[in-house]
Amino acid sequence: MILALAADYTVQTVAMGAALLGLVSGTVGAFAVLRGQSLLGAALSHATLPGICAGFLIAGGRHLESLFAGAFVSGLIAAGVAVAIAGRSRIKTDAALGLVLGLSFALGVVLLTHIQARGGAAQAGLESFLFGQAAAMLRGDLAVMAVLAAVALGLVAAFWKELTLVTFDPGFARVQGLPVAAVELGLTALIALAIVLGLQMVGVVLVTAMLIAPAAAARQWVRRLGPMVALSALFGVAAGVFGAVLSAAARGLATGPLIVLAATAIFAASILFAPERGLAARWLRRRAERRRVAGRRVLRSMQALAKEHGDPAYPAERGMIEALHGPGTRAALARLEAQGLVRPVPHRPGSTPHWALTEAGRVQAEDRA
Amino acid sequence: MPEPLHEPQFALHVEDLTVSYRDRPVLWDIDIDIPPGVMAAIVGPNGAGKSTLIKSVLGLVRPVAGHVRIFGRHYRDIRRRVAYVPQRSSVDWDFPATALDVVTMGLYGRLGWFRLPGRAERTRAMAALEQVAMQDYAARQISELSGGQQQRVFIARALVQEADLYFLDEPMAGVDAVTEQAIVELLHGLRDAGKTVVMVHHDLQTVQRYFDWLVMLNVRVIGQGPVAETYTPGNLRRTYGGQVALLGGAE
Repeated sequence: MILALAADYTVQTVAMGAALLGLVSGTVGAFAVLRGQSLLGAALSHATLPGICAGFLIAGGRHLESLFAGAFVSGLIAAGVAVAIAGRSRIKTDAALGLVLGLSFALGVVLLTHIQARGGAAQAGLESFLFGQAAAMLRGDLAVMAVLAAVALGLVAAFWKELTLVTFDPGFARVQGLPVAAVELGLTALIALAIVLGLQMVGVVLVTAMLIAPAAAARQWVRRLGPMVALSALFGVAAGVFGAVLSAAARGLATGPLIVLAATAIFAASILFAPERGLAARWLRRRAERRRVAGRRVLRSMQALAKEHGDPAYPAERGMIEALHGPGTRAALARLEAQGLVRPVPHRPGSTPHWALTEAGRVQAEDRA
Repeated sequence: MPEPLHEPQFALHVEDLTVSYRDRPVLWDIDIDIPPGVMAAIVGPNGAGKSTLIKSVLGLVRPVAGHVRIFGRHYRDIRRRVAYVPQRSSVDWDFPATALDVVTMGLYGRLGWFRLPGRAERTRAMAALEQVAMQDYAARQISELSGGQQQRVFIARALVQEADLYFLDEPMAGVDAVTEQAIVELLHGLRDAGKTVVMVHHDLQTVQRYFDWLVMLNVRVIGQGPVAETYTPGNLRRTYGGQVALLGGAE
């Protein structure tokens, strides 16, 4: 069945398109997320809708190139307007972005309904850009996407160190003489490009998720920028292909949302199970730390008892230790015994078990570090 | 074509500098001359414009009037002889990078377009980390470093530039006494090698011990010159107003 799917021409086209989208949005998204520009992506993507409509009106039909160009330009204009509002007034950036998002999306929907009201068969299908319609994709569209993807990745590779420094420390970058404003504009253009690539497949509303989810997921696994960008791109491709194939297998399920769900699933798995930053790893570390501290306290108390009784091998009754350290004591004693730090001592029937420090346990208890 | 030199006898020459933020002057009519080879402190109360002064010298803040020269030249013509240590809180330390990566970034400005740092750059960055005794932490992710260690990485990023004039914006903020001592010794070493160090500083108790040149700032320049002549009760009172009662040391 999978083989049959893989041989299917439409499925191939969609999967390749989704892979290209994931590749670019994963790469560019890493920088956007690290710069705290996720909301810029959301505003920009909604702002592509009036551009799509304008491209349609100007070109007089559904030509992908003109729709993409319109989307790219109106997205950049919206980003510029938001930056200008935030920079020249006392409105905060998130509010400015939210305003622009609402304004431009409303404008887009008005234009969309205007085009639909004019009627005619050629007009059909613009609303598919809202949520994406992967099945409408053609092999020719794939070529356009591939060119755009190559441009985006080429720019990231060429300006890697500028992007890195501007993302980490823009002030220092400027002092070093890097053209920070140009790099920031370029990065915004790359975000717009990634969004345009996702319009057909995932649509205006959901495409931001493809910028954020793979990057946020990748951050959980890595320690350096290079691996983060690579992994983010890989996650993007995986989500794209998985979503495309799944939607083909379960006929009738929309491709775009499935791709976004796949990306989000990767994110969820990462935040839970990543080795250093994942929630599970953190929980395990905290538990190990708690156990270490508990064991240490038990050892210290037994050492104190031994000193008071002038007997290094003084058998302490479990009840006494438990009275000091509470319900975790039995587990702590068992772990200490496994480590060879304490040993059970024969005790009278009727009393609780007795424990004594071993030689290693005495050394540990004295260790103040 | 560089402009003719203007006041080249000073490491830093600031004339008539005025910066305003939303119609409020933050710095007003600033004239400062700092000779080469000194370790200079810029002190003043909160809101005195200390960081803004450094930022406008480096072109990060646009002044409404005045000019700045470094060794007689415009900053943009002499970038390579200037290094900058921003406030530690100005960046997100959760950025995915190692200590060595961050120090290497100090060389990005002088690598040409499309060139990535290679073995030579990493060797130099490693040497800079050794200068701040952080070589054992080279591969450590920066989010795992303590505040003092992060500060030392920032200083190493400036050292790797092998500049002649160093600007530091509150490098002692949030570092422990041992680290502070190490930083001071390092900066004294730079000064003794003929470099100039200009530093925004908060702790008046240590001014006389650490520095040999002092600029006292409160929107305007209150006093400047060798510490012995500038660190006076009168200047302190005029810089800090009534808060001066807290200060010992200057009789």
